[in-house]
Amino acid sequence: MASLTDLTLAQLAAAMAKKEASAVEVADAHLKKLDEHRALNAFITETPDKAREMAKASDARRARGEAGLLEGVPLAIKDLFCTEGVQTTAASHILEGFVPQYESTVTANLWKAGATMVGKTNLDEFAMGSSNMTSHFGGVENPWKRRGDNRKLVPGGSSGGSAAAVAAYMVPGSTGTDTGGSIRQPASFCGIVGMKPTYGRCSRWGVVAFASSLDQPGPFARTVEDTALMLQAMSGHDPKDSTSAPLAVPDFVAAARNPDIKGLKVGIPKEYRVDGTSPEIVALWDKGVEMLKAAGAVPVEVSLPHTKYALPAYYIVAPAECSSNLARYDGVRYGLRVPGKDLTEMYEGTRGAGFGKEVRRRIMIGTYVLSAGYYDAYYKKAQQIRQLIAQDFKTAFQTCDVLLTPTAPTSAFAAGEKMDDPVTMYLNDMFTIPASMAGLPGISVPAGSDKDGLPLGLQLIGRAFDEETVLTAGAALEKAAGFQGRAAGY
Amino acid sequence: MSLDKDMVARIARLARLKVPEEELVPLAGELSGIFAWIEQLNEVDTKNVEPLSSVSDVTLPMRADKVTDGGVAAKVLANAPGGAVYIEPDDKNAGGFFTVPKVVE
Repeated sequence: MASLTDLTLAQLAAAMAKKEASAVEVADAHLKKLDEHRALNAFITETPDKAREMAKASDARRARGEAGLLEGVPLAIKDLFCTEGVQTTAASHILEGFVPQYESTVTANLWKAGATMVGKTNLDEFAMGSSNMTSHFGGVENPWKRRGDNRKLVPGGSSGGSAAAVAAYMVPGSTGTDTGGSIRQPASFCGIVGMKPTYGRCSRWGVVAFASSLDQPGPFARTVEDTALMLQAMSGHDPKDSTSAPLAVPDFVAAARNPDIKGLKVGIPKEYRVDGTSPEIVALWDKGVEMLKAAGAVPVEVSLPHTKYALPAYYIVAPAECSSNLARYDGVRYGLRVPGKDLTEMYEGTRGAGFGKEVRRRIMIGTYVLSAGYYDAYYKKAQQIRQLIAQDFKTAFQTCDVLLTPTAPTSAFAAGEKMDDPVTMYLNDMFTIPASMAGLPGISVPAGSDKDGLPLGLQLIGRAFDEETVLTAGAALEKAAGFQGRAAGY
Repeated sequence: MSLDKDMVARIARLARLKVPEEELVPLAGELSGIFAWIEQLNEVDTKNVEPLSSVSDVTLPMRADKVTDGGVAAKVLANAPGGAVYIEPDDKNAGGFFTVPKVVE
């Protein structure tokens, strides 16, 4: 049998079901990988004792014949999900040492399905970033390197640690959150699968809030089938999140196991052909269209006329919501406190010292656009544009079933390469943000490599609450692309 | 839209963020750059467009208006940065207080 850490999540679950390995053995094999690859800085907190304890409990459940969907599968959890008794930092100094007294709904669902936790992964501070460079605990290194070039590359962001952990075979699956591309872009940079479900599919309860109308938890894994298994366990209505949809969870795993796309209409949005996209990515996109066509799909050109306005509108909506959400970090109830002679000095000192540069910048943008006299010019305008973007997608989905686009305009870049100007960094999310603004499900599937040998992903976007079509088309794309890449040394 | 140093200081004050004096001017430049880029939204005619406040077409359910949780004061206060004060030291769940600097003389 192959090494336990080489197995996909589905294979691992099958091996344990056949008693070829115990959950404890599986946990130990993966914990060893965490040891080996600690230099990647993928984890903020490793939880080996908890992993073994959970694995032991899992083996006991299996012995009693009570195995769940993810029984004994070790997972990494983005350090934005509150985990009871385990430090949760959001990669911020302001939450360093914060130990939640409750468990997020999504992680509780995963544990209910039998999964075990090996640790909490690194991210951009409060999930604000596209490179993982804004973490208070240092950046994460992408397991991939350019051929013949030893420079460290970023894993993307914000869920960079979760993506790197899966790409480095430290875990078969992990959780992320996606506000403007924070699952899909790192999946593309790290050569793995990452999915943002429809807004409302997974509960946000217990997830540290960034922009509440956009934030959505989702899974990372190395195959579309594994991604579906994760999503199956994570999803479902939660009365504790008023925006979580009261809908039955479809059989995502069945959708991913049946890559039949004969007659499926795949929309190709012409506005996604923009300057600044690497020619290799445009070529891969064209190849992706041909691959889906060869598998029986029917490509259709569609138009999403307001695409170019999604990014600037996002940079009003997300900072506005961030400035409201992050008002709670005031040094009173949890997290850092910098003493002051009065309350105001304590608030200002705590927040000035506790938040990093990018977070402070976004809080200030948000505070400004929401301040008296500017609301209509900025926030209301952005929400109107958001309406037009959502309408564009609705119109497109009258003539197609799913959209195919690139995930990101480039492959992984080196640390520091895009740091000089915030807007340049923001452009990284140009292909993922429109679907976020409309709340739609999207998946990034590794579909090829660039001339330096770095992985490139393609994105599929579906109708609201139609993750099944996205997974089916994703499985078809995965099968046709046959991406077998694995970062050297991992 | 161009922001000057005084405006940045005003926003920082509104956001309760202590920003060192020497960072104000660079921040004014960065924020002005971001707002200049955002200006392109003015190209879009949004007259009579209803602002989108929720992406979900699903009607979200109402729940019964009743208490479903509580009696966990010790958990609520567990991470208090200034330390907590409990009403009944022997029964932390009986209630308690976060502590803050003196507000009233």
